[in-house]
Amino acid sequence: MSVTVRDRPGVLVRIAGLFARRGFNIESLSVAQSEEPGISRTTFVVNGEDTVLEQVQKQLQKLIDVIKVIDHSQSKFVDRELMLIKVAVRTPEDRVEIRQIAQDFRARIVDVARHALVFEVTGDEGKMNAFIEQMRDFGIVELIRTGRVALPRSEAEPERLPSVRPRAA
Amino acid sequence: MKGAEALLKTLERHGVDTVFGLPGGAILPVYDALYDSPIKHVLVRHEQAGAHAADAYYRASGRVGVCFATSGPGATNLVTGLATAQMDSSAVIAVTGNVATSLIGTDAFQEADVYGITGPVTKHNYLVKNVEDIPRVVAEAFHIASTGRPGPVLIDLPKDVQQAEFHGSLDVTIDLPGYHPTVTGHAKQVRKAAEAIRAAERPVMMVGGGGQAASEEVLAFARKTGIPVITTLMGIGAYPAGESQALGMPGMHGTVTANRAITHCDLILGAGVRFDDRVTGKISRFAPNATIVHIDIDPAEISKLVKAHVPVVGDLRDVLPRLAAELERLDIEPWWNQLEEWKKMYPERFKRDQPLVSQEVIQMLHEATGGECVVTTEVGQHQMFAARLFPTTHPRTFITSGGLGTMGFGLPAAIGAAFARPGQPVVCIAGDGSVQMNIQELATLYKHQLPVVLAILNNGVLGMVRQWQEMFSAERYSEIYLADSNPDFAKLAEAYGLDGYNVFDRGTAARLVPEVLAKGKPAVINFFVYEAEKVFPMIPAGAGVDEMIVGDQEPDDTPEVPV
Repeated sequence: MSVTVRDRPGVLVRIAGLFARRGFNIESLSVAQSEEPGISRTTFVVNGEDTVLEQVQKQLQKLIDVIKVIDHSQSKFVDRELMLIKVAVRTPEDRVEIRQIAQDFRARIVDVARHALVFEVTGDEGKMNAFIEQMRDFGIVELIRTGRVALPRSEAEPERLPSVRPRAA
Repeated sequence: MKGAEALLKTLERHGVDTVFGLPGGAILPVYDALYDSPIKHVLVRHEQAGAHAADAYYRASGRVGVCFATSGPGATNLVTGLATAQMDSSAVIAVTGNVATSLIGTDAFQEADVYGITGPVTKHNYLVKNVEDIPRVVAEAFHIASTGRPGPVLIDLPKDVQQAEFHGSLDVTIDLPGYHPTVTGHAKQVRKAAEAIRAAERPVMMVGGGGQAASEEVLAFARKTGIPVITTLMGIGAYPAGESQALGMPGMHGTVTANRAITHCDLILGAGVRFDDRVTGKISRFAPNATIVHIDIDPAEISKLVKAHVPVVGDLRDVLPRLAAELERLDIEPWWNQLEEWKKMYPERFKRDQPLVSQEVIQMLHEATGGECVVTTEVGQHQMFAARLFPTTHPRTFITSGGLGTMGFGLPAAIGAAFARPGQPVVCIAGDGSVQMNIQELATLYKHQLPVVLAILNNGVLGMVRQWQEMFSAERYSEIYLADSNPDFAKLAEAYGLDGYNVFDRGTAARLVPEVLAKGKPAVINFFVYEAEKVFPMIPAGAGVDEMIVGDQEPDDTPEVPV
């Protein structure tokens, strides 16, 4: 579910509070600036029956600082997640094997130490989980995930094009 | 001009002439500006009472109610009042002082996170950090509070913002890209609703609090179609109780006829209702055979609890006339015959086998006023008795805390209603438990000499709790007894400078009620009533509407005097 909100102090508290007091469970949540100044886009992953999700959407829409709510489960969308994962390196053999697996997953090494490697992995949730499973054999020191972010897929019809900044000659 | 003055001038521009409040350190600049303002300030004795009074001011008049409080404890005292207003969709604007912006977050004297605390109990709230924002914030607050589904809005104003020099213009445009209430019902949905109603053989209309602003449309719709009308606790007055199509209140303590109608109907037209659990009982047993047509301005209420087969999002004032235009008089005579039979079999009745019972007192008050007054209630047994025996004829005249069930609401609400409708008598029906929760407002009543008669139905116990403990806890009465330490309410009234009466029997009550009401001045009548009187019918919590306990209303149960 994507929620477009105004950047106002406390807007995230309003949303989180709404989820908490109405007993909706947030699986993941990410929030950041959108293409428009003063407007943020947040992506929630919420599990529940259709009736619950419909209530979530309607209750979110009631918040004054919420501009738009899109339930992606009702349409086509693209989603991605980013993970940083620190894997223990015990032996030189492990190092080779870990790097091999990482290559298969197109994970990027972002930090190298004597006893650990940090990878950056992007992709869908399934890919994250598969990579985590692979790394368990070596020992995961710690990891962090952004949670999923999503956008609706473009329509077949041409979309309303955003205005562009005049380019310098 | 300082920020405080800009605030008052903007309030004035929105037609505010009365504010309920109590000053304190962090809101001093506003009170200083108030000294020179034409706005009338009503000094309450507790901030909670200010919020309730503002709430009732709106409910009684349709004009936004405004209250002021200082930071910290002043603001936290508003919370119950805001939650009450939020649950019953009442347009209230609360302005609170706060510590200076430089002190926010430092645990300063009388500091509380009011913005954080009140978020969940308001439709929206603001913490204003820039003095130039004041007029826009106030304009937005009025717009949000009074349009769509009404609700409370809080504006938190730090002291330095109140004191800062305001240079801007009071002419502002509001900027709310995320707020567009749907007023006009979708034409296709209106047509579908009409089709469903036309096809129904046993339809009922259920009018809720949303009907208070659309009472003419409700009446016109009911008269044209001949549909039976149930009014919820919040809907009392939105459709006149005296109309022949009225079936009374539904739900936990609703009439037998209304509840039977719900169980047996094949269509419910919900109009400005939210199918609260006190109305539906167990959802799976609620109106099992009915198509649900639900009109509400708040889309989130549609299918929240009871699935709507035909939802119509919109304002009743828009939707009902359009729906009526598509319908003729309904051909539902057999259904009416059934309803009339139930109505005849189950009139309002109660026993008078004690020196004085609550229900007869309420009936006396009803008769003495002819129903031409504003009724406010506290919360408990007396509230349910009042809903059934003192239903008012006009909209915005039955004022009660329905959703939150706030004890302590009735007395301050009576004060708010009296300011909203000058010259009109107000009867506050209270219990001896509830009334003590804001009893300090007798001082406000005295000061303004408002025509409010406070009728305390004093049974010496927390009556509704007692009833539940008797019926569902094997008479294990736990912490309900008040009589051994209640004050002498008549003397208490006198201590506040008001007329006070203690009444022990029905003869005195019958004589005194019209006499006191005729005086048109504030008074307290303390009626000593039977302790074990119970509210019937009753649907036990969690049971289905069809599992109603009819109790005293059962015809075989030796009814003494039908009402």
